[in-house]
Amino acid sequence: MRWINKIPERPAAILLAALPFLAIFLAYAIASDIRLEANPQDKLLPAPSTIVETAQRLFTEPDRRSKEILLWNDTLASLGRLAAGVGIAATLSLAIGLAVGLLPYARSTLSSVIAVLSMVPPLALLPILFIVFGLGETSKIVLIVIGITPFMTRDLAQRVLEIPHEQIVKAQTLGASSAVIAMRVALPQVLPRLISNVRLSLGSAWLFLIAAEAVASNVGLGYRIFLVRRYLAMDVILTYVMWITVLAFLIDWLLKNLSRRAFPWMEAGL
Amino acid sequence: MSFVTVSNLWQRYGTRSILERVNVDIHEGEFISIVGASGCGKSTFLRMLLAQEQPYRGEIRIDGGTPAREPNLERGVVFQKYSVFPHLSVRDNLIAAESFNTPFGRLSRNARKAAGRRADDMLERIGLNHVAHQYPASLSGGMQQRLAIGQAMNAKPRILLLDEPFGALDPGTRLQMHDFLMELRDETNMTVFMVTHDLQEGFKLGDRVLVFDKPRWDPHDPGRYGATITYDFDARDGGIPFQMKEETDVSE
Repeated sequence: MRWINKIPERPAAILLAALPFLAIFLAYAIASDIRLEANPQDKLLPAPSTIVETAQRLFTEPDRRSKEILLWNDTLASLGRLAAGVGIAATLSLAIGLAVGLLPYARSTLSSVIAVLSMVPPLALLPILFIVFGLGETSKIVLIVIGITPFMTRDLAQRVLEIPHEQIVKAQTLGASSAVIAMRVALPQVLPRLISNVRLSLGSAWLFLIAAEAVASNVGLGYRIFLVRRYLAMDVILTYVMWITVLAFLIDWLLKNLSRRAFPWMEAGL
Repeated sequence: MSFVTVSNLWQRYGTRSILERVNVDIHEGEFISIVGASGCGKSTFLRMLLAQEQPYRGEIRIDGGTPAREPNLERGVVFQKYSVFPHLSVRDNLIAAESFNTPFGRLSRNARKAAGRRADDMLERIGLNHVAHQYPASLSGGMQQRLAIGQAMNAKPRILLLDEPFGALDPGTRLQMHDFLMELRDETNMTVFMVTHDLQEGFKLGDRVLVFDKPRWDPHDPGRYGATITYDFDARDGGIPFQMKEETDVSE
């Protein structure tokens, strides 16, 4: 039997999925063990037990000076920025994408400029943003917006264009105006795509957020990581990295479920 | 009295002629089948009837009105596929036929109730009341086409255009659809244009069968001359030709 036709059974599949995680953990634990054996003061690869202790402390114990739990403050600040940036980007890309996809005039005007703008590396613009918008929240949110909007806009415009022309013609024969076609035919059909776009661009959004926080901030997950880097506090950094991963995973999972709930017609054909 | 008047219609894409000198008068309530070989311009003709395309020369008038520049409420259409909205349930697809003609594409509560009742009547007529709340993707091809026809009829068009409506259906479903369409037509006496590949279907359903073909053929430049209506059959009595178009005058 060919390898392309061999399918793992249910228990084997779960085991296979768990295998890489186990391998990573084991590799880390062994490496950490070797280093700690040579030098118990080593800070580079803290033992897994140390990380768990640190995590417990970070999640529950308040800071001595401010009496606040810093990790939750950082999380709230970062998630707020992320939500604002992604929300604005999603709204913008939806509006522009619909216009470009449906209106030939908008397409002629905007499609080249969007294509060029999407090539500008957003991080290279970060200094400009800090100069223009100051070091506050605005510049961080704008960086996320600039970073992910062009890609989402191009994709949504493409999806609108891919709606079968028959449907657009049919809507016209039912008396629909351009606005009604946009709101009742195109918009509902690209909304699922918008959600999957948000899911795809969340990775970049996190990247831009952490980059902006690392450069200039006084609270935030990225800020904290770059702050404790000075003390080589690997246990704190690793806790934060895992926490960010968990958050990203949760957001992705929520969006996936939202999409499934909100658009039952997508799965009607399956 | 002619209802749809096609006068001296030409169409060309670039230097390629598709249709030339198409003249035909259609009476109200006639069922017109349009047949012809692939690439003979019958779909182009339908798109021009739909006003999705503008003719290169000539014009199409419905009931003496001004030629349309874009698809509108006067024309209903059913394509081979993609004619219904996948994100609306079967019932909402029928209601859309009324709600899309409003400024915001939505009806007020009362109007929606009335439209819902009419949609239910139509569901009954097209035999889809048992799947009213399903989405089109879960329906069979025949049911989707019935829905598409019902939706087009719900908007009360003056002419109904069918572009190979049964082309993607299996033979059994096709026969059922023929009966369905004939019933619906007897009830409404709508003027219908149907493009089809299937000659038998064309003669079975149509009152008149228009055959599109190229009367002139340049072997060195196949795109030189366009097609036109070469035969206009009376299909009511088993398709005995009542009129053969005179040989088109080439020198004209």
